[in-house]
Amino acid sequence: MSLATYLKSKLIPAEIETHVNRIRKPIGSLGYDPWGFNNEAMKYGFALVKQLYDKYFRVEAHGVDQIPSEGPVLIIANHSGQLPIDGVLIGYALASRENNPRIPRAMIERFFPTVPWLGNLLNEFGAVLGDPVNCAKMLANGEAVIVFPEGIRGSGKLYRERYQLKRFGNGFMHLAMKYNAPIVPVGVVGCEETIPAIANIKPLARALGVPYAPLALPVVLPAKVHLNFGPPMYFDGDEVPEEQITEQVEQVKAEISRLIDKGLSERKNLF
Amino acid sequence: MKQTNRPRILVTGAAGALAQQVINRLRDQCDLVAVDFREQVYLGDDIPSYCVDFNKRVFEDLFRRYQFDGVIHLGRILSSQWTRMRRYNANVLGTQKLLDLSHKYGIKRVIVLSTFHVYGAVAYNPALIDESAPLKSAGLSADLVDSVELENLANIYLWRYPDLNITILRPCNIVGPGVRNTMSSLLDSEYAPVLAGFSPMMQFIHIDDMADAIVLAYKKPTRGIFNVAPEDWVAYQHALKLCGCKRIQIPSVPPAVPNLILRTLKLRSFPSYLMAFFKYPVVIDGRAFAGEFGFQPKRPLKEIFRFYRDNKRPV
Repeated sequence: MSLATYLKSKLIPAEIETHVNRIRKPIGSLGYDPWGFNNEAMKYGFALVKQLYDKYFRVEAHGVDQIPSEGPVLIIANHSGQLPIDGVLIGYALASRENNPRIPRAMIERFFPTVPWLGNLLNEFGAVLGDPVNCAKMLANGEAVIVFPEGIRGSGKLYRERYQLKRFGNGFMHLAMKYNAPIVPVGVVGCEETIPAIANIKPLARALGVPYAPLALPVVLPAKVHLNFGPPMYFDGDEVPEEQITEQVEQVKAEISRLIDKGLSERKNLF
Repeated sequence: MKQTNRPRILVTGAAGALAQQVINRLRDQCDLVAVDFREQVYLGDDIPSYCVDFNKRVFEDLFRRYQFDGVIHLGRILSSQWTRMRRYNANVLGTQKLLDLSHKYGIKRVIVLSTFHVYGAVAYNPALIDESAPLKSAGLSADLVDSVELENLANIYLWRYPDLNITILRPCNIVGPGVRNTMSSLLDSEYAPVLAGFSPMMQFIHIDDMADAIVLAYKKPTRGIFNVAPEDWVAYQHALKLCGCKRIQIPSVPPAVPNLILRTLKLRSFPSYLMAFFKYPVVIDGRAFAGEFGFQPKRPLKEIFRFYRDNKRPV
């Protein structure tokens, strides 16, 4: 038995292997898709995130079955906590559900592809450069796509601004309407407390070429995370004026706000 | 040459493996004339073959003598060959001459072979780039300018002279037996450089499949620009592993470091101006071509890589 096979047998339990294999994915003959997703690498990611999901963040997810079992769908959530932990946990919730699990694709910040190792690793686990063309092509391929319309405005928030939704971009609504993709809103509670930042050191961020440089403890705190998935929202119509698009985006934002409030009321304590 | 009803086609780049594959596929049904900028190649008694500079006046004599019906222009000097100036003369001015003559002598079908390099490798590239995407390559390196210029030129002629029925093909990495481009030499080598921490998604098409694609394109006169790529993808470093190459890690950050290293080493198969292509993906969408011309590649990636692995140490 080679070292790689031995490590694989130790790190990836058989049930994860079977679970990931039974999810239908549009991949090529060597297990890759055009965006760099890799079925084998995904299993390692799945095994690692399982530990984080179950033991570290002790995630409570409600309503993950609201996500349709097939066809294009946009999963829209609030973004928080400096690192994209929220995206990872939402992705795992959907990939690990008992009925019709799916491997969703998360749209990530534009600077990730320039980071050695990390950029490729994120791609292998299913994350994709947050470009509207990518999102459009994936919806056309019938994939489930996680989008944080707040972008870095949300993830780079300071602790004092926690659970205040920032401006939502309108791009996701245009895509949802064009590809007839339902929108499943998600309220994430708990990720704000994983890396509480008290300031953003802008000159450092500029020097490093990263979107923000938080002043925070160099640890990820084990805050308990609540994910609340709302019922799918359908928007249709062609040639809708931008004003109406903004109104529809506000509806999604209001629904996410409601789901966050629900999560906050369910939460007994931070950890 | 005796007068027949068989279509008469001029094939450029005859010294290349791809052109020879195309010639083999067409020689039974067509009268072919082969030319190459670089050398004269013997292709059998039935195929006249010339070594000619398209910019010289004698090139026109071929058009006068043979009265071609079609042109398959595969003779693009690769960015790893010759100097920038000679390449510009051959690829851009030479192609212009070829298209001017094609127009003058009433040619009805022109295929121009381009490359996916014209899209340029940048960090913000989406995957499955389609034909209408901007060509960012010229901004990356002056060494790729001639590839983009060649395309622009072909494009101008495509719209100005619709009778030429120009089809421009932008294939992904063409690999396989006899192919001498940078990617094929990398897969063929014992040791292949990689940029540490970067393993972009890549696409490979077998030379036989590409030859099939060119023949299919020639037979159906649909004008336009088409990507040619199979619907299969692999990360660069994984491809090297499957080809049995040992990987040499080149430090990748800050970007000036690998640039300096590659400029110093001057590796033919890993030139500094192609560095971005080993860092960021350029994944093209070949579905439009497949749909329009009924193209279905037959050689899977595993077979392509097995060829390189098995021929690493020829007996």
